[in-house]
Amino acid sequence: MVEMVSSPSAQSVFELVCPAGSLPALKAAVDHGADCVYLGFRDDTNARNFNGLNFDDVALGEGIRYARDRGSKVFLALNTYPQPGNWTRWTSAVDRAAAAGVDAVILADPGLMAYAQKNHPELRLHLSVQGSATSYEAINFYRERFAIKRAVLPRVLSLAQVEQVIAHSEVEIEVFGFGGLCVMVEGRCSLSAYATGTSPNCNGACSPAKSVRWEQTTQGMETRLNGILIDRYADGERAGYPTLCKGRFAVSGATYYAIEEPTSLNTLEMLPQMMAMGVAAIKIEGRQRSPAYVAQVTQVWREAIDACRRDPAHFTLRSSWMTQLNKVSEGQSHTLGAYYRPWK
Amino acid sequence: MKLSLGSLQYYWPRQQVFDFYADIAKQAVDIVYLGETVCSRRHELRLDDWLDIATLLANAGKEALLSSQTLIESESDLKILRRQVDNGHFRVEANDMGAVRLLGEKKLPFVAGPTLNVFNGETLRLLFELGATRWVMPPEVGKTLLATMEKPPAMETEVFSYGRLPLAYSARCFTARRFNLQKDACEFRCLDFPDGLPLATREGDAFLNLNGTQTQSAKVYNLLLELPELEKTGVDILRLSPQAEHSSAMIALFKNCADGRIPPKTAWEEAQQLIPAASCNGFWHDGVGLEQVMPENIL
Repeated sequence: MVEMVSSPSAQSVFELVCPAGSLPALKAAVDHGADCVYLGFRDDTNARNFNGLNFDDVALGEGIRYARDRGSKVFLALNTYPQPGNWTRWTSAVDRAAAAGVDAVILADPGLMAYAQKNHPELRLHLSVQGSATSYEAINFYRERFAIKRAVLPRVLSLAQVEQVIAHSEVEIEVFGFGGLCVMVEGRCSLSAYATGTSPNCNGACSPAKSVRWEQTTQGMETRLNGILIDRYADGERAGYPTLCKGRFAVSGATYYAIEEPTSLNTLEMLPQMMAMGVAAIKIEGRQRSPAYVAQVTQVWREAIDACRRDPAHFTLRSSWMTQLNKVSEGQSHTLGAYYRPWK
Repeated sequence: MKLSLGSLQYYWPRQQVFDFYADIAKQAVDIVYLGETVCSRRHELRLDDWLDIATLLANAGKEALLSSQTLIESESDLKILRRQVDNGHFRVEANDMGAVRLLGEKKLPFVAGPTLNVFNGETLRLLFELGATRWVMPPEVGKTLLATMEKPPAMETEVFSYGRLPLAYSARCFTARRFNLQKDACEFRCLDFPDGLPLATREGDAFLNLNGTQTQSAKVYNLLLELPELEKTGVDILRLSPQAEHSSAMIALFKNCADGRIPPKTAWEEAQQLIPAASCNGFWHDGVGLEQVMPENIL
């Protein structure tokens, strides 16, 4: 692929990286124009450890074949933190990924990176967003130690800050473009562990379904996590999944979305700037979402990236793109998140 | 076991900070971590002020260290980080891998802070090779991890043992958000909340504590009852987190308990007068963080 950007640090590619929580989702992504899909094994070695999701070795093999035959790459996320008692589950997952021939593994734990580098020197390593690397000094640490080729940035930097990182590192930079929005620095959030005992860092899940209770009361529909009231909805209000940081809480006399509204990240309008500053890849969140979501979002982003590449100076948002994306967004609304400084 | 005082998480007026540490110099704490780790907009004290306080504490026989900022976003954040690393005198607690890189490059011994996510022996060994002489266990894990952790020789283990738990960090400021202000024009509202801004559920249960860009637990993590167990599991240092009131009394209580002068149960009961909210200890017991487990030997 040829990239038409003018920045001196321009990458030779601008990859669209799409989520695959299942084989049908993987096929939907590939069929609709994903350059890469990312997926995980069916356990706590990845940050979307949900029931009924993810890949066993057979499905992984089939997924890799399907993607390769159509010119797409497969990345495998092993982005939770192993502990002494379960260390070998993570190392054997690295071995299985290497044996299956994935194009890259996405890791967060330095110890696991050292293992991968030592035992599979040919395996391409990406630094996961769960590694919480927000500066070029941090990213260059992983490059020097483990020869990582790419880093996924936490959703906390402004666009100018992303540019600064790119300018000072040889590591390819992947940023989130669309999907569910973590307000907290990924890898540095123990809210779910505090409230439910399930830790994104160690168990690969946040606000897990097993801790959720929906209850119709006289005051409205209540959503609870491990008994904690996350939100209460009046009749006619659309009740959302009780993700801990997206509930309404009371702070000094006001009740509101104290941390974040239920909304999705959507940076489509920033595409020309991101391409020009040398972002290497754009990531779509949502391995827990349906193949229909993956197909829809992938298609829109493919069209937009191709349009922007053809003529970046005259790139304009098509209203049909935004309509389609808003339809699948959490809360049917979207935000530029931290890329847009006033959001902070 | 030694006692440490973690870096001040809140934003207090300048004089209050100086007075606080002047008092700390007289308390039975062995190690004091200094500096602004939460928000780069907080500027009541500059690095030179922190260095003055470090000198004061060192002269009082304490081990003084500088803690690096947890979330590094901008070039000016990196500038402060480099100045901390190059201070030439005090050890640094590295709270992100950028700090580790800079410290490792200069071959300076450092402390691996609680946000480095050290969850296994391989990662700890790596940090040891780069110069870490002490690690602070991530607060979200507990005794099983510690008991099974393979530690390099002479690596000191520090455990967060008292204070509101630092649970999450963000680029967004939740204190500014409460007052419909943007972070860049926050009017430094954190100054109004010396122990943070309480967040409750819609039915009034205390849940979290907003502290600018940091989110803490509403409950106060308190491992007084577990001190004998901590010692048995190989903890070298107990970390206490500063609070607006009674920090010195709490330090004295931990010291007396750690040295065996007061039994844990008595200390825990006395702590109820000094603690600003309900206690929790679930993380140490490998459970839900907000829970309070009463150890069997106490009941």
